[in-house]
Amino acid sequence: MDRVPILKLGDILIVSIQIDLQDMSVLALQEDLSEKVVETGARGVIIDISAVEIVDSFIGRMLATIAGISRMLDAETIVVGMRPAVAITLVELGLSLGGVRTALNLEKGVALLNQIEDAQRGKASR
Amino acid sequence: MTTAKELPINVNGDVVLVRQHVRTVAVDVGLSLVDQTKVVTAASELARNALVYAGGGQVRVEVVHRGMRLGLRMVFSDNGPGIPDIEQALTDGWTTGGGLGLGLSGSRRLVDEFDLESTPGEGTLITVTKWAR
Repeated sequence: MDRVPILKLGDILIVSIQIDLQDMSVLALQEDLSEKVVETGARGVIIDISAVEIVDSFIGRMLATIAGISRMLDAETIVVGMRPAVAITLVELGLSLGGVRTALNLEKGVALLNQIEDAQRGKASR
Repeated sequence: MTTAKELPINVNGDVVLVRQHVRTVAVDVGLSLVDQTKVVTAASELARNALVYAGGGQVRVEVVHRGMRLGLRMVFSDNGPGIPDIEQALTDGWTTGGGLGLGLSGSRRLVDEFDLESTPGEGTLITVTKWAR
């Protein structure tokens, strides 16, 4: 089974999925990522799916689960780089990825994370 | 042009192999990128269903013709427990496997033709077709 590498950049974890995901790799990523979030104290997770050709209901659910777990561990998850054909297919499949934040690309994902952090800091100082 | 091929669905990795083969045939048949993505996603859902609910099965992938039009057909078959209530199984959100309940209902929306036959205790046969535009 292939494992998806997790990169750390400052306090952000970056996951770029470059393989044709099988279910076992998806589950392993979920566990690896939760551990890494706690270990590094990351405030954000960016999952780049620009190389992913299809997102089926299993992978879609995994993205939502990762976002949920990370949130509980005090980190925001942004899914970036979704291909247009994947977005069309997901909606038709009936999966709207409700709880998952998305951004068009990595750069915008990082900007979104900074924005979220600024907003939280603003709230905390008030 | 690819000829019909039968692929086993017995382990997790087989789902990936099914997806890859369906993608190749979808390109050969001339499906648009969006339609390729839809049919490969449907293949992934149905292959996983065969694995999860029936403990395995197989899929036959073939090129079909209607006049000048080409299409991709997939026939999933298994000898699993079958589906007692097909209508219920085709409802969004209905699941007995702990998933999202979108596999069958969602796949049906992603293809042009969808046919499901099932005999409880004997197995399930699902035939889906996507036509090139």
